[in-house]
Amino acid sequence: MPDTLLFAMEATLNGLTAGVMYALVALGFVLIFKASGIFNFAQGVMALFAALTLVGFQSGQIPFSHLINAMFGTRLHHFGWNMPTLLAIPATVLVMILLAVLVERFILKHLVNQEPIILFMATIGLAYFLEGVGDIMWGAEVKALDVGLPKGMSGAVDDVTFAWFGYGFYIDRLEIWAAGIAALLVAALTVFSQYTKQGRALRAVADDHQAALSVGISLRFIWVLTWSIAGIVALVAGIMWGSKSGVQFSLSLIALKALPVLILGGFTSIPGAIIGGLIIGVGEKLFDFFMSPIIGGATENWFAYMLALVFLLFRPQGLFGERIIERV
Amino acid sequence: MKGQGDAMRDTAPEEGYVTADGRKIGGVAMEMRNITLRFGGVVAIKDISFDIRWGEIRAIIGPNGAGKSSMLNVISGFYHPQEGDVIFKGYKRPKMRPYQVARMGIARTFQNIALFEGMSVLDNIMTGRLHHMKANLFQQALWWGRAQREEDENREQVEKIIDFLEIQHIRKTPVARLPYGLKKRVELARALAAEPSILLLDEPMAGMNVEEKEDMSRFILDVNDEFGTTTVLIEHDMGVVMDLSDRVVVMDYGKKIGDGTPDEVRTNEEVIKAYLGVAHE
Repeated sequence: MPDTLLFAMEATLNGLTAGVMYALVALGFVLIFKASGIFNFAQGVMALFAALTLVGFQSGQIPFSHLINAMFGTRLHHFGWNMPTLLAIPATVLVMILLAVLVERFILKHLVNQEPIILFMATIGLAYFLEGVGDIMWGAEVKALDVGLPKGMSGAVDDVTFAWFGYGFYIDRLEIWAAGIAALLVAALTVFSQYTKQGRALRAVADDHQAALSVGISLRFIWVLTWSIAGIVALVAGIMWGSKSGVQFSLSLIALKALPVLILGGFTSIPGAIIGGLIIGVGEKLFDFFMSPIIGGATENWFAYMLALVFLLFRPQGLFGERIIERV
Repeated sequence: MKGQGDAMRDTAPEEGYVTADGRKIGGVAMEMRNITLRFGGVVAIKDISFDIRWGEIRAIIGPNGAGKSSMLNVISGFYHPQEGDVIFKGYKRPKMRPYQVARMGIARTFQNIALFEGMSVLDNIMTGRLHHMKANLFQQALWWGRAQREEDENREQVEKIIDFLEIQHIRKTPVARLPYGLKKRVELARALAAEPSILLLDEPMAGMNVEEKEDMSRFILDVNDEFGTTTVLIEHDMGVVMDLSDRVVVMDYGKKIGDGTPDEVRTNEEVIKAYLGVAHE
């Protein structure tokens, strides 16, 4: 088999796993957009905040220690113990649920029936606020996140591909795990939204607020629920990205990569987010592989956005989005 | 005005009665007491009182802008009156959010249909039963014990309503694809699925042709007959209202100008004035 083909195959596989990581972030956007029509600009920062909180809990960091030290002249840093990961993750989930309650209480509640653009602006504000809070709470330095997921080259993939092709593919084990976890997450979300009472209520609210009220659904409860789920999805994305490249503030920028994913997959479709992520991931890697030698490197920085632009021209609702029909 | 309202309230005997066609009308289910509703400087409802009895079909009629829909929105908790009380089952109702009112057993339809357009007819009707489901998230997710039993029971109830309203053939159709008349019927089905103690219908026949109107009238009567549902409806079409309802409240410019049986209302001079128009002196 020619080497180019093998390399392209490896690039495709890597693209698929990278795409799963994009999809994880996009998923959080879709959830909130579906339920409330809000494009949540803060989704990326929520992933960052969740990861920061998780690391903070794990290492027994005292929240707001810099602030407390500056105000009272103390020298606090750590509680002096480490929280086991199995405890730190539920604790972080609780924090994300608390965040959802606060967002509803202080932002959404006051913006009922406002234009989507106003709600969007509010989430931009939330993004900056949360980034600041994360900084004050846990500090701005880059932290390593380890929740016990395996890392490094997958020996099995290497062996199998070597046996078949005489060339071992390099796949990060972390990314294989990410794909598995993403699949579980999507399955869980699908079961939740299709087969539970709360899921049905959530779809109802997404469709028509007034009608939802008239059948006895509390909008506030559903919003808290949606933002909690988005927070948990953000935590999963935060764990994956944090394990891969450390918990740092540039993590919030991965939200930007989710944008082309959403444009491809459609803002309202969970399967769309996954497929969109995979297409972007594979497209990026293959384009880079074939075109970089010709037009120079770093195509990964812009390829996704270019693809999104093309999509906007021909299929603005995305691959799986609901068709926008205006009746006159 | 107030004196007149009080007098009108006694048109039906206190302890209930049996109608000419043999339906049992009970005691007072809900009482609106001196309701006044303002939007800024505009007074939508001025000091209106009337009651609704168990099992009756109560109509609210009046020309455009009379405040009929506002009244319905007060009953369903979408608006909160500045003055007056809503007495439900003998107790003064505190200020409530619309979803809380819905959970108390007051279901409604809307003038401009409010259905979940992206969902199928069946799913839409199932949402009407949301607050009849008690299983927790865990049981539901695992489709286990109570959750499964509940879903089966609810499905059964919903299928009964689907049969009753003759919409079996569109059970799985997404609502967005249905014609107007059928949408109205699905909305009625969703309200009925909640097994409401009071059913509020906001212009159930608006925009329908004669045939559809006849169908809808038949359904409203059948529902009342079969389930004994107390129904409050708003309607423009005088003929329809007079045929359907047991008692009628007539509103004009936010005031109550008549209240009684269709025959009483028909001969009420103020009502004739409001509808036919009499030169203002």
